[in-house]
Amino acid sequence: MKIIASDALPTSANAENTLQIANDADLAELATSGAFAGVDRIELQFPKFTDGRAYSQALLLRRRYKFTGDIRATGDVLIDQLVHMHRSGFSSAVLAEGVDAAAAQRQFDRFGAFYQGDVLEPRPLFAREAA
Amino acid sequence: MYQYTDFDKQFVKLRAQQFRDQLERWQRGELSDEQMLPLRLQNGWYIQRYAPMARIAVPYGEISSLQLRTLGRIAREYDQPSPELLAHAQATQDALEASQPGATLAAAPLKYGYGHFSTRTNCQFNWIPITKAADVMDLLASVHMHGIQTSGNDIRNITCDALEGIAEDGIVDCRPFAEITRQWSSLHPEFSYLPRKFKIAFNGALEDRAAIGWYDIGLQALKNDAGEVGFTVKVGGGMGRTPIIGTTVREFLPWAELLNYIEAIIRVYNGYGRRDNKWKARIKILVKSEGQAFIDAVEKEYHAIVDLDGAPHTITQAELDRVTSHFVVPELKPANLQAKVDPKGQLYQRWLAQNVRGHQLPGMKTVTLSFKRVGFAPGDADADTLDALAQLAEQFSASEARLTHEQNLLLPWVFEADLPALYEAARRLGLAQPNIGLLTDMIACPGGDFCSLANARSLHIAAAVTERYQDLDELFDIGPIDLHMSGCINSCGHHHSGHIGILGVDKDGKEWYQVTLGGADGTALSGPAIGGKVVGPAFTAAEVPGVIEALLDTYRELRHPGEFFIDALRRIGHDPFKQAANAARHAKAEALQ
Repeated sequence: MKIIASDALPTSANAENTLQIANDADLAELATSGAFAGVDRIELQFPKFTDGRAYSQALLLRRRYKFTGDIRATGDVLIDQLVHMHRSGFSSAVLAEGVDAAAAQRQFDRFGAFYQGDVLEPRPLFAREAA
Repeated sequence: MYQYTDFDKQFVKLRAQQFRDQLERWQRGELSDEQMLPLRLQNGWYIQRYAPMARIAVPYGEISSLQLRTLGRIAREYDQPSPELLAHAQATQDALEASQPGATLAAAPLKYGYGHFSTRTNCQFNWIPITKAADVMDLLASVHMHGIQTSGNDIRNITCDALEGIAEDGIVDCRPFAEITRQWSSLHPEFSYLPRKFKIAFNGALEDRAAIGWYDIGLQALKNDAGEVGFTVKVGGGMGRTPIIGTTVREFLPWAELLNYIEAIIRVYNGYGRRDNKWKARIKILVKSEGQAFIDAVEKEYHAIVDLDGAPHTITQAELDRVTSHFVVPELKPANLQAKVDPKGQLYQRWLAQNVRGHQLPGMKTVTLSFKRVGFAPGDADADTLDALAQLAEQFSASEARLTHEQNLLLPWVFEADLPALYEAARRLGLAQPNIGLLTDMIACPGGDFCSLANARSLHIAAAVTERYQDLDELFDIGPIDLHMSGCINSCGHHHSGHIGILGVDKDGKEWYQVTLGGADGTALSGPAIGGKVVGPAFTAAEVPGVIEALLDTYRELRHPGEFFIDALRRIGHDPFKQAANAARHAKAEALQ
């Protein structure tokens, strides 16, 4: 997962191929209207870090709508939620202002595996162990 | 009971490590209080009136002797305020009491060095300094315990009927399903920041002893005509400001689909549950406002999970078998201890009648140790008692015990022949009150003695009622009744489901108490779950014991022979009870003038 400090964000993002989706948007509708076609990056919003709607959106974009481009977390993005984001399908994250990226990597190194399946490993532990 | 695999052991250790790292960053100022809040809540750490509270999960209530002993050690070594903190806390509580209008109900001094069994089979400690939190989590991890998701806006500790797998009316042992669901919900990447907390309960017997109608998801196990196991799924029950009973969304969900269906429910909730108002954020509000549209959305999502996503969390027979293999009958050995109990003695007979229940296995019994006794808050067990419980479970119950939703401890594997010796041992510990299911077996939250959410104290009222009803003849004459009290509308003391409910409310900084009548938790005694109705304006603390007495006197006066309180209340209607309650208020008010 690409972690980007808030002040390291290039000022001229390639807005043409980037789709910003509000966290109350209906993905099924967007998918039906072909909104994801030709899009390189989808930015999902965390208006507050405690608002977890974008986790479901990211997961559905990957698992159900087979989006293969970059899914970027923006807004109130903190270190302790990055692993959840990564597992839900985010591939990059812009940290909220003032958040130091130094402690981030430790979070990714800690857990080797989890119980439930996710976007990175769709099978839950019991299915992996049985295989 | 479930034995941790190497993966499970490592998982809780890593979780403890992660929490230590978060605490250290918070202490260094790298995490703000606001940023730390959900992280500590997701590990069971609250900040209460005077100190942090640690809420330790006891998944579906099952606990071993080794774990009980560890809780005892935590009570003894860590649940200890400094003298300064205790003095400050006590002075603040004394000032609160002094500020109450009119007559008062004297409260006992604040206690420390104990664990508190909650209504959701957690064990809470009230005085552990936050600087020792990481050490406590490491200690818990060493016996396969944790505080994962005992708080926060996530999937909380999962509860079951305390008699799963041993009940005479058992249909399906839900413990394997609860354990599978526990694992699936732990550190769920998608569902750790829900609009609000999310509670799941299972019941595997004919009688609902898990209050599933009151849960965000309530799962009633059953078998279809072909003998296949499945669940009736209820969604959107809950207490709080808006008490609502769960809506049945599926009559029979095949067991293998359990996680897929729960995933669908919670995904719909995560997307559409309200986040603008804490009091309207539970799934019950979404279910109530959307009705059939909610059910349709869940069904649509469920089918998408199955048809489009490949349903990766379909439970396999192999996984069910693996987990079920942990819930076999343990090796059972009678204690064969001598006892000098008079088997015909009235106290012993009453204990047999109230605290001992039948068992699926012939010659075996289940025994409930009563944590409703004079001098202790409901559900409180001090360090020595926790140690003694560990020993009792070893001697009499294959080293296993279960926390119950009514805040007692149940021994699940007791030989009938050992009952006299167990009675003696329990009596020595003060845990043999023959009051299970009776008035003094009340449910109460810690209330304003400890909880920062509380509007009013609850423990001094619980103490007064306990003291008032120590006459066993009177207690047995009153018969089965559910008295539930909460110190605030968050309803941890389940007042909505009490036949008599007491709710602490705050008016102008003073403690007042609303009294409700006619609630039901869903057990056979009072039928389908329903919320109680308020009798009238709130009472002072000093009035509440008299109000309860007036309600009970009215019942005893008007009942038919053999009729229980709840049945008499429903037959007669609330009016005479309301009048009696209000008369108790007036009498007090006049006495003050």
